[in-house]
Amino acid sequence: MTDNALALGVRLLTGARAHWRGCVPEVRQRIYFANHSSNLDALVLWAVLPPAVRQLTRPVAARDYWTAGPLRQYLAARVFHAVLIERRKPTVSDNPLTQMIEALGTTHSLILFPEGGRFTGVDPQPFKGGLHHLARKRPEVELIPAYLENLNRILPKGEMLPVPMLGGVTFGAPLAWIEGETKEAFLVRARQAVMSLRTP
Amino acid sequence: MKTDSSVVMLFGVVLGILTLATGIGTWLGRSRGPNDTIQNLNARIRAWWVMVAVFGGAVVLGERATLVLFGFISFLALREFITLTPTRAGDHRTLFWVFFVITPLQYWMVAERWYGLWTILIPVYAFLFVPLRSALTGDNERFLERTAKIQWALMICVYCLSHAPALLQLPLRRGDPVVLLLWFVLVVQLSDVLQYVWGKTLGRRKVVPQVSPNKTWEGLIGGTISASAVGAALYRATPFTAVQAAGMALVVTALGFAGGVVMSAIKRDRGVKDFGALIEGHGGMLDRVDSLAFAAPVFFHLTRFYFTD
Repeated sequence: MTDNALALGVRLLTGARAHWRGCVPEVRQRIYFANHSSNLDALVLWAVLPPAVRQLTRPVAARDYWTAGPLRQYLAARVFHAVLIERRKPTVSDNPLTQMIEALGTTHSLILFPEGGRFTGVDPQPFKGGLHHLARKRPEVELIPAYLENLNRILPKGEMLPVPMLGGVTFGAPLAWIEGETKEAFLVRARQAVMSLRTP
Repeated sequence: MKTDSSVVMLFGVVLGILTLATGIGTWLGRSRGPNDTIQNLNARIRAWWVMVAVFGGAVVLGERATLVLFGFISFLALREFITLTPTRAGDHRTLFWVFFVITPLQYWMVAERWYGLWTILIPVYAFLFVPLRSALTGDNERFLERTAKIQWALMICVYCLSHAPALLQLPLRRGDPVVLLLWFVLVVQLSDVLQYVWGKTLGRRKVVPQVSPNKTWEGLIGGTISASAVGAALYRATPFTAVQAAGMALVVTALGFAGGVVMSAIKRDRGVKDFGALIEGHGGMLDRVDSLAFAAPVFFHLTRFYFTD
């Protein structure tokens, strides 16, 4: 109930629509990875998924942001079941990747922003290694690149009040796992896959 | 003619046209098989039913409801326009003002019948405020260009369009302003439709191929003349005589065409076909109301000058 209402509200405010360009929405385990420029990103990507897919999809988000204040806490815990991770350097005992693997389980999907933060540049920053790690550990989970358009104009970094422009989410074809590829090459290819979804 | 019977007559004409169109569309769909043009035609007709229901509902509810509807249309059109316009982070606060202060203020002033102010709010006060608010953020890059785009968006989507519901406030010498608004919207939109129909069936010579490959002389002339003929035939519902109604209809349909051409130039420059995907088959809100936005201020002032006390 709440989640459907919230998803509808987010779609109304941002006018966001999903464009399924390289795959179709399916209930199966996936990791959606996207560019990151606005606090709305995770919310919008989550909101444009069809309800059956959305219920099983959990955004990976920063713990400090989503535990600040009761509203964010409620949303993160009860509505979109965020996987909250620490932003500081991981230790062996407290590694966000372990958390993400656990969160995937056998039914869930994840929303991941491999840049590791919000950036305002034209192109996304180089991707961090977590995506590669997840892909290696869980090769049966599909890696879906997604490009989030205009959200940094709706709510840019550092702004409190959103402006109601039209956003969009484009989903691309699953990123294949190439045996023997280096981690660096994989991450470059993943970033390219996201950038290739930009409308020219 | 009494207001009620005029309203019933105008809606009767619209519902008759829509029923006929639905019939023809269904028949074409059956007899021609799957075809993109016919599918788009039927999507357009279905969307027309919804648009007529929403607009009709608002007009029947009264002036306030009509203003709220047009305010909402302005908001959606503005959102499509700004989305397509490259602005920078330095414009964020300005845009917040544009969407949430200036746009509602314009419609509130129209609602308050504050004619002396609503006709200059955007051309004067917003015109001065917008660049100032952007300048205060310290971002100089493409400054004039950004300012001009925001101002233009406000003028078309909010200022021009708000003249349509303002028709309801004109103290006409003869006739009811509710009927005048219905007649105006009917003639302009019917002209859009008939230009499309004439263009699709007989269109050969393009008017400005660089801007819009779909706009032909055959469509333009056939559409404006046939819509004006309908407008003239309905003159009893208006403050005009039959000849005056024909003249007014020609002016607003020509302006409607002008709106379509200008907005096409913007879309072409930005490399898109439609401003949005809000209305199935039609594109965005702005694709549907571009002709109204161009025709409304001129129609408002012509009527105000010649047909009110």
